[in-house]
Amino acid sequence: MMKVAYYPGCSLHSTAREYDISFQLVCRKLGIELQEIPHWVCCGSSPAHVTSHLLSIALPCKNLILAEEMGLDTVVAPCAACFNRLKIAKQEVAEDSKLKKEVQEVLGKPSAGKIEVKHPLQVIIEDVGLKKVEEMTRRKLQGLRVASYYGCLLVRPPSVINFDDPEDPQSMDNLVSALGGEALPWAFKTECCGASFSLSETDIVFELSGEILNEALEAGAECILVACPLCQSNLDLRQKGIEKRRGKKFNLPILYFTELLGLALGMSMRQLGLSRHIVNPSKLLERKLAVT
Amino acid sequence: MARIGVFVCHCGTNISATVDVKKVAEIAKGFPGVKFATDYRYMCSEPGQDLIQKMVKEHNLTRIVVAACSPSLHEKTFRTCTQNAGLNPYFFEMANIREQCSWVHDDREEATLKAIDIVKLATAKVGKNNPLQTTFIPVEKKVLIIGGGISGIQAAIDVAFNGFKAVIVEREPSIGGRMAMFDKTFPTLDCAACILTPKMVEVNQSDLIKLYTYSEVEEVSGYVGNFKVKIRRKARLVDENKCNGCGTCWQRCPVRLPSEFDMNLGKRKAIYVPFPQAVPNVPVIDQKHCLYINKKKCGICKKVCPFEAIDYEQEDEVIEEQFGAIIVATGFTMFDHSIYGEYGYGKYKNVTTGLHFERMLNSSGPTGGKIVRPSDGKEAKKVVFIQCVGSRDEARGMPYCSRLCCMYTAKQALLLKEHNPEAEAYVFYIDIRAAGKNYEEFVERVQDEYGATYLRGRVSKIFQRNGRLMVRGCDTLSGTQIEIDADLVVLATALIARPDAIKLAQMLHIPYDQNRLFTEAHPKLAPVETVTTGVFLTGACQSPKDIPDTVATASAASVKACGLLSHEKLPIDPQIARVDVEICSGCLACKEVCPFGAIEKEEIVDRVTQQKRWVAKVAPSLCNGCGACNTACRPGAIDLDGFTEEQIFGQIESLTADKGNER
Repeated sequence: MMKVAYYPGCSLHSTAREYDISFQLVCRKLGIELQEIPHWVCCGSSPAHVTSHLLSIALPCKNLILAEEMGLDTVVAPCAACFNRLKIAKQEVAEDSKLKKEVQEVLGKPSAGKIEVKHPLQVIIEDVGLKKVEEMTRRKLQGLRVASYYGCLLVRPPSVINFDDPEDPQSMDNLVSALGGEALPWAFKTECCGASFSLSETDIVFELSGEILNEALEAGAECILVACPLCQSNLDLRQKGIEKRRGKKFNLPILYFTELLGLALGMSMRQLGLSRHIVNPSKLLERKLAVT
Repeated sequence: MARIGVFVCHCGTNISATVDVKKVAEIAKGFPGVKFATDYRYMCSEPGQDLIQKMVKEHNLTRIVVAACSPSLHEKTFRTCTQNAGLNPYFFEMANIREQCSWVHDDREEATLKAIDIVKLATAKVGKNNPLQTTFIPVEKKVLIIGGGISGIQAAIDVAFNGFKAVIVEREPSIGGRMAMFDKTFPTLDCAACILTPKMVEVNQSDLIKLYTYSEVEEVSGYVGNFKVKIRRKARLVDENKCNGCGTCWQRCPVRLPSEFDMNLGKRKAIYVPFPQAVPNVPVIDQKHCLYINKKKCGICKKVCPFEAIDYEQEDEVIEEQFGAIIVATGFTMFDHSIYGEYGYGKYKNVTTGLHFERMLNSSGPTGGKIVRPSDGKEAKKVVFIQCVGSRDEARGMPYCSRLCCMYTAKQALLLKEHNPEAEAYVFYIDIRAAGKNYEEFVERVQDEYGATYLRGRVSKIFQRNGRLMVRGCDTLSGTQIEIDADLVVLATALIARPDAIKLAQMLHIPYDQNRLFTEAHPKLAPVETVTTGVFLTGACQSPKDIPDTVATASAASVKACGLLSHEKLPIDPQIARVDVEICSGCLACKEVCPFGAIEKEEIVDRVTQQKRWVAKVAPSLCNGCGACNTACRPGAIDLDGFTEEQIFGQIESLTADKGNER
């Protein structure tokens, strides 16, 4: 049994509960033991690095230290922003001895350096392996047409993330194919969804997320697969507004890849928390996969 | 005992402003062996040189020291002067008190003391100088030109014009190179073939020029005047002497393959000439795809050839020839844009390169001069050109500017509009670099008269939507995002060194830079020479060059080569390494460190034991006197004439012996 430290971040304990639920269920099934980091703190997200560079590095480092103290060698962060901040903090501290000292002063402890930061996708593809996932699949996706949307932070910047392709990533697509779905080639896999402008400059999100929805629909998608709580929220929560503005119906369920994986592994929609989505996926999933 | 004369130069105020030249001369009089010392305003002037010759006679001097500028500037001047005074030219030493003293210091007192030390070193050395004699080597009066593009062609023509023989070795079946692929040339819009083919024919018809096409240089040994070169003549399977290029064979050949010359936009046969004006007009058989070679079927070409020129049994042949000089004209290759994800990783058929576009523009090209979308062959009306693809990109491409993309993109935009006035041309650029005669005017014309839309900014993404290419970029001048739905995208990909450039550089002992481009001997003053005497550079193998610059360097390189060949014998600098075979243990550590390949092993009979053993031997014409072997030699068997251990240690002793007394 593989044991990893789990850093849920704020989203998975609030707006993205279903990501948390589905991820935990899937891990249990695949033989991964998740141990939530005790007393974890905010990763700093965007507000920290527009406020203070030191703060934006020290916050993730605090979490890395806590995870290291658990005696584990890997920490997994499902939120793309958390994942990105943890990776960047680890690298910057490793490369900049002056910064390392400053962080050490602020935190009162030596900064973490050895623990590896991974995204759940990485764990599933690199540690579990698609072959095993495929073998464990109980419910094939029946050619479900899926547009995988990676967002901006999951695979970028490549020099820090060092996972998948920064322009045309494939990991979720490969997972979809392994599960028996149709991974659609499309060009907007890493376009910006508008991110946190959802609250301050909603028009920008209507525009950018609208483009993504439109492109996915044109590519023939029946649903969009995501790996980031903010991407999910923008594409799902703002979809009605976008439909109104563009005068075009999308009706595209926005699913976490852990949810689709959970379904394929034999779990029910109810178990996986699929009722928490705004655009209701149940009709599509009932029709295509005969799940309840 | 040597009788040394010291002459201290003022160099106007260059030296005298910082160094007390009179004091230097005065103190020099007290150095061991110095019989005469004086200062003078300009030692290099005629009166200055006369002064040296006069003083040699008057004071019976046998060694000369001139304290002035760098030896690279005037050593030759004063050597000649020393010789004219009746002394061995190597009985002269230069003390550099300008570049290494007056120019870099401002404290007059300290600088004067340093100048005194520098002069002291020179006097200590010159007293121990041996008389050296310049030796000569014969010259093979023939030039090897590697590469048969416009660069090699022009070099061959110029060598022949000077009355010397030239051999072009070209890897492809025909000479012509990249220029043969172009449609028109900027900024005059001359048809490329119209100005190139006469030169190709001239090369072919010249009695002084020999062509080895479909051939490669395999090994180079020897040295200036006497390069020994092995050339592999790949099996054409067609007898060059019998074939008259009638074309029956390739008309009848049943195998159709993508044509490399047409950038895979057109077809060729398995027996083919790459293009109609090929020189020599003799086909080759593509052994990989020929039905007869692979399956012993077909054999049509042999049956239909009226001259019995087809020879399936022909094999590669390696020939060896001698050359006096070598001109490297191997050109460039294009950067592979498929590393750029934002341009689709090379997946989109309608995202092409400048060379593809060139072939489409060409009326004898694969599309008959029509600009089409490679995906469906339909006419392309909206074309986006993207400059600097792989150029000026330190992270993923080359750090340098490829120099000609701005111009050829402008030319292609213009030709697009000439072919179809309804067509739209968009050009994304970082900067427009149009530094050349009539270049800026040309780019202006393309915008003003032909209406090409220039957008200053980068393209962030190309993707497909409904079978069309969507090009997203920014226009930094208006500060807006731009999306263009294009039929065709043309990438101005960087010009880069050929993948096997390093192999050739090692063969020729010439240096290359971090971008694998061959390095000239001096970027300003020896731009077509290399540090290996007798090897010259021309064209884009050195750095990206347009046709005018390529032709200019070709002419320059051939003049340099012919200059060498015009001598019956070549003098070689006697300041080179010398092996004392009595001491040499034959370990050949020297051979390992020699950057010029000047050391070979030689078998000798030991004087004492009367047994055979190996020792190191220096090839005088290859040795540059760098001294690397000297320091690597463990038993101390190698000495460098002009810089012997005795001389160097003499210098050190002169400085250290009485240092305490002086300061």
